[in-house]
Amino acid sequence: MGTIVETILKKYGNDSTRLMDILIDVQNEKSCISDITVKEIANGLNISMADVEQTLSFYHFFSKTPTGKYTVYLNDSVVAFMMGREKIAKAFEEAVECKFGEVSPDGLIGLFNTSCIGMNDQEPAAIINNRVFTKLTPFRVKELVKDMKAGKNINEMFSASTGDGNNSHELVHSVVNNNIRKEGPVLKDDIAQGEIIEKISKMDPEDVINEIKDSNIRGRGGAGFPTGLKWEFCRRAAGDQKYIFCNADEGEPGTFKDRVMLTERAELLFEGMALAGYAVGATQGILYLRYEYKYLQEYLEDVIKRAEEAGLLGRNIAGNKKFEFNIRIQFGAGAYVCGEESALIESAEGKRGEPRDRPPFPVEKGYLEYPTVVNNVETLCSAVKIMKYGSEWYRGLGTLESRGTKVLSISGDCFHPGVYEIEWGFTINDILDMVGGFDVQAVQVGGPSGTLIAPNEFDRILGYEDLATGGSLIIFNQNRKLLKDVVLNFTDFFIEESCGSCSTCRIMPVVMRDKLVKIMDGIGVAKDIDDLFEWGEILKASRCGLGQTACNPIVSSINNFRDLYTSQIKTAKDYETGFDLNLAVQEACEATNRVPNI
Amino acid sequence: MYQTIKFTIDGKECIAKKGQYLVDAAKENNIYIPTLCNVEGVKPKGACRICTVKVNGRLMTACTTPVAEGMAIENNTEEIIDLRKSIVELFFVEGNHFCPACEKSGECDLQALAYKFLIMAPRFPFQFPVRELDATNPKIVKDHNRCILCKRCIRVIKDEEGKNIYAFKKRGHKVEIIVDPESADKFTDELAEKSMEICPVGAILVKEKGFSTPIGQRKYDKVPIGSDIEKVTKIKNEVL
Repeated sequence: MGTIVETILKKYGNDSTRLMDILIDVQNEKSCISDITVKEIANGLNISMADVEQTLSFYHFFSKTPTGKYTVYLNDSVVAFMMGREKIAKAFEEAVECKFGEVSPDGLIGLFNTSCIGMNDQEPAAIINNRVFTKLTPFRVKELVKDMKAGKNINEMFSASTGDGNNSHELVHSVVNNNIRKEGPVLKDDIAQGEIIEKISKMDPEDVINEIKDSNIRGRGGAGFPTGLKWEFCRRAAGDQKYIFCNADEGEPGTFKDRVMLTERAELLFEGMALAGYAVGATQGILYLRYEYKYLQEYLEDVIKRAEEAGLLGRNIAGNKKFEFNIRIQFGAGAYVCGEESALIESAEGKRGEPRDRPPFPVEKGYLEYPTVVNNVETLCSAVKIMKYGSEWYRGLGTLESRGTKVLSISGDCFHPGVYEIEWGFTINDILDMVGGFDVQAVQVGGPSGTLIAPNEFDRILGYEDLATGGSLIIFNQNRKLLKDVVLNFTDFFIEESCGSCSTCRIMPVVMRDKLVKIMDGIGVAKDIDDLFEWGEILKASRCGLGQTACNPIVSSINNFRDLYTSQIKTAKDYETGFDLNLAVQEACEATNRVPNI
Repeated sequence: MYQTIKFTIDGKECIAKKGQYLVDAAKENNIYIPTLCNVEGVKPKGACRICTVKVNGRLMTACTTPVAEGMAIENNTEEIIDLRKSIVELFFVEGNHFCPACEKSGECDLQALAYKFLIMAPRFPFQFPVRELDATNPKIVKDHNRCILCKRCIRVIKDEEGKNIYAFKKRGHKVEIIVDPESADKFTDELAEKSMEICPVGAILVKEKGFSTPIGQRKYDKVPIGSDIEKVTKIKNEVL
């Protein structure tokens, strides 16, 4: 009999690349990862304590101090606030008798803030001991805290009814709702399990790639790289092993469609991964799942197990000796940046989720240095449908630049928040009509890294040629204070979620936030607005998309809602330009024979 | 035999070995691209972004980008110079850098770059963070006020078994360098010296060693940073 840590280390073969799994298990067993535990892990993996520490301290859900027998993570994203988060937080603090960021004196309940947990259509929501509680009210909070104080098991704390669809499956048993409002060809449940695996197993892998290429599908995560081309590059890359990753780390505030697809279309997704594996010649698939969706673990593992039993995963798939594919689930531990494909790979290797320099690209050197494809949940699901109905069918959907459909996560001020699958090419007006948007002041397209647009642009269309999006749309009505409620919250999100590796992304958003607050405090001047606009450019020198777009909340709101800024600044003449430094130092420069260079 | 390729920097024709990193290729063509986090011979990290150039119109870091045939690189353009200048300024406002009182003054790459870019006052407001000075290690002092988080110490300094001694802790603007808590005994004088040497600023200092080279006789006291690359022969004569 070894210690808990020894048992966990053994479970993962004392492999330091599985450090994430090890830390997750230890955190769940011991409710914290103390220095003594860090030392035990380091010794067991033959790495230094500093190495364990640098991974551990990167992720939001790991803690070196106890987080309570019950650990509450309350979402602090924009929409949570819009739906009454402040009252909920207050109710928690009063009932538990401690502040957020603290643990109650008896060590029973810990209260913590967390970035968007993918429940924007049912906020305010919190994660308590890996279970999600949605649509919280102050009354419900009192009930929950009472249950915790009574020592109830977390599953006994749910209200009577569980959510729709598979949320009521015994292995999910969750109060989360899917809210699928509009099913399109990708979401539609119209494929017999194994049908496509059977079909492609008789095809040449090159023909599979050509079919995907011909469909012109582009990555659904937001960046929009042509999927067929990615598969082709990986297939051509040299390597005796190759990997297929499914990126299910949807962390962009306002996005939750992957959660719904994982809940309702897991079979389709895993077939998509196997399909990709067959096409590129990979035998191992990894579903990188954000920790916020831990409640889906048992269910998803069961789906994998059933697929194995049905001969759709494992060896000799569909009787083809060359078709082997296995899937395992890799959890993250709370870091938005891990949605960036190379950061995701680093994280899966047990390291800090810092994006890699490119080249080399993951398709050449990815997971454990092997060629790796990373695809979004929706991309992989779409690929199965393309193989069923053909590339020509797919090309007939959407627009010239943006083929196919997009699954959207729509939330905020509308009557019907939820998941909608529509063809690319519809306008924002069309979408507001569809979801029952009312009294709309602005729409955030593509989450914080996207664009905040005003009504005069609501005739713009969704598509790579105009408003590209990973699928998040948040609607704001006239009562919302855009600078405080939206722009500041999003900027804080980027500051919180920066990995800290690049100088620009680590420092610039903090500097810009200060200036934004200065303007909001009514002591800004015209130059402050120009500065914010110019300084945003510096972020473009960052390594990854997070850094490059960290200024978007500020810059896009200056572009489209400039009045919000100009109405708050001081306009007295003295304030307009600050003082002229060239003039101020002119005399000194002349005396020292230097040239002002400012 | 290596393959030779042709590329241009600001229109000037250059020759390099295929696959060489841009920053090294430029150096061999007597063109200086400033760096802070880069260490020759160690896998680059692209952390400080100061070596950013435009490659065929896209911003890329010269330390991590292998040179390829026909690349058109913009290095000394107004846009790139201002970008680099702003990054140096960002470092100055992020930490607490008081050059006149710093043991590394004259040997500091950040200070030298500030002179090179003729920085008088940063355009950004100072952050004035409260940071610690850690002297618990028997051999070295870590001054977090001066650390620019370039990861050079993490990437270069390893213990006898090749394990990391330095590491990053936390993330985002809260990131800081930590030293392995079990490494105190492993710290030889040599390791401490190497740590101080690899640090481009004055964040890692060997105890009781700060001013062994007098001010005025230090690396950048006589020639600006990069001059050894830009005017190879001339500087060599001067030094001799």
